[in-house]
Amino acid sequence: MNDIQFLTHGRIQLALHILCENSEGPALLLLHGLGENSPARLPDEYKNWPGPIYALDFTGHGQSTVPRAGGYTCEILIADVDVALASIGPATIVGRGLGGYIAVLIAGCRPELVKGVVIRDGTGLAGGGLGANSPYIGMPDVSQLITPPDPFAIVELATDVRPPDYVAEFVRLAGEFSELSRPISVAACERAPWLDAVVAEMGVEVSSLSEALKCYAEQSA
Amino acid sequence: MSKINQAPVLFPGARVPDRQRTVDSSGLRLAVYEWGDASAPPVLLAHGGFDFARTFDVFAPLLADGGYRVVSWDHRGHGNSEHADLYSWEADERDLLAVANSVSPGPFPVVGHSKGGGLFAHIIQALPHRFSRFASIDGLPFRQNLPDVANKERTIKLKDKAAKFLDDRRRSHDMTRRPGTVAELATRRAPMNPRLTDEWLQYIVYSGGYEAEDGWRWKIDPSLRMGGFGPWRSRWVTDRLPGFPIPLLALFGTESEPMGWGVDPEAIKKYMPSHAQVEILEGVGHFLHIEKPTLTAELVLNFLGREGA
Repeated sequence: MNDIQFLTHGRIQLALHILCENSEGPALLLLHGLGENSPARLPDEYKNWPGPIYALDFTGHGQSTVPRAGGYTCEILIADVDVALASIGPATIVGRGLGGYIAVLIAGCRPELVKGVVIRDGTGLAGGGLGANSPYIGMPDVSQLITPPDPFAIVELATDVRPPDYVAEFVRLAGEFSELSRPISVAACERAPWLDAVVAEMGVEVSSLSEALKCYAEQSA
Repeated sequence: MSKINQAPVLFPGARVPDRQRTVDSSGLRLAVYEWGDASAPPVLLAHGGFDFARTFDVFAPLLADGGYRVVSWDHRGHGNSEHADLYSWEADERDLLAVANSVSPGPFPVVGHSKGGGLFAHIIQALPHRFSRFASIDGLPFRQNLPDVANKERTIKLKDKAAKFLDDRRRSHDMTRRPGTVAELATRRAPMNPRLTDEWLQYIVYSGGYEAEDGWRWKIDPSLRMGGFGPWRSRWVTDRLPGFPIPLLALFGTESEPMGWGVDPEAIKKYMPSHAQVEILEGVGHFLHIEKPTLTAELVLNFLGREGA
């Protein structure tokens, strides 16, 4: 089993899993998909990464705190990742599904701390569409004991809207302020309108996971 | 259900709620207040962001005296409701439903100011069978108060805004409200409410604040902040207004204020459904129900008394 460090984000304790303790080399941070949690052991596909490897449980997932009565937004999950970056320092980020979407947003918010993003297929990648959906209020079943993943997270983050022009602004920020010529890599097959918008921006490459990791490891060395 | 003591400072026309109770919203305790005869037909009031239900202490009694059981609540993190771990529009709407469920299976009329109006404008579209009439007090989001800037400059502004949000989140666990005297708390609030009198602002300190050993503090969750960022667009509300499903009264003032939506009442008229009643109060700001409580209450009572569209 891996070591876990708990980080404070507001009233939430976030579980940061230490999957590889290399003290030398650039850091890698893994973000899980909607309803998932961090891997208990380092997946083989990351074994060639030349530095420490961490994985973060988002609020309401894995071993992080389950908040009372929901209120999830992707912007709060960005702040989850930002709290992790404040602890581990600059890192390359690989995100599955929802984690991939969050990774793009944090790359725009903190271009000095994010040393490349890889978007992978995974749960919650598409989100709740473009934005002009019929009004809907998700009401999770809270009659049972709530355990991770928080049913409020599932309901609220599966329906959160992701306008392509909104995401594109964060990609442009990453392109403008990142030291990397290619701050974002797309290693996902699934396409959603927001991801199409990402792919269309400058500084974004469609590639395999291994190729993207190799690129960022070399550029961060 | 409990009684509420009168504040030590009186304000002309202000009346403390006749009853107070709590409602559980998925484990979060919300403070609910009622004015008027408990057996009268209900009307539900929603306050604006960074306000609390007791800012209806003048307006709500006027509706109660008009024959209504007036119910309102403190949004999560505001007033006497519990501070939450997370805040979102959708969570506020579920809280609203928990309060509505405690009042009546509906439908019944609702009145919303500012953010409270925005909540109703959205939830009525989702659950039109639960509500019968909607009076909006400058509560229809129209467009953000963004200056007209080039795309690139707007993107840079987004970066600054996001960085500020994230910086605040990093230290949100140890944020506290600054203590002071009642007069100091009122003075601190004045920039948000520049058209409201110091007498009023001092009056609401006694319900929206609490006295600790080192002085008075506002009760609102210190982790809550103005601004923030996200994908939401006000046009998602205005584009749907032509098909609004229940009778609508839209009140606007003509004076721009920091807490307002920046709505141009004339510009939003073209989005209004044919049955909407639009009233523009000249020389009044965002807090119409506090600046002109009697006129606002008359307009709302007349609207509530009219037959459906």
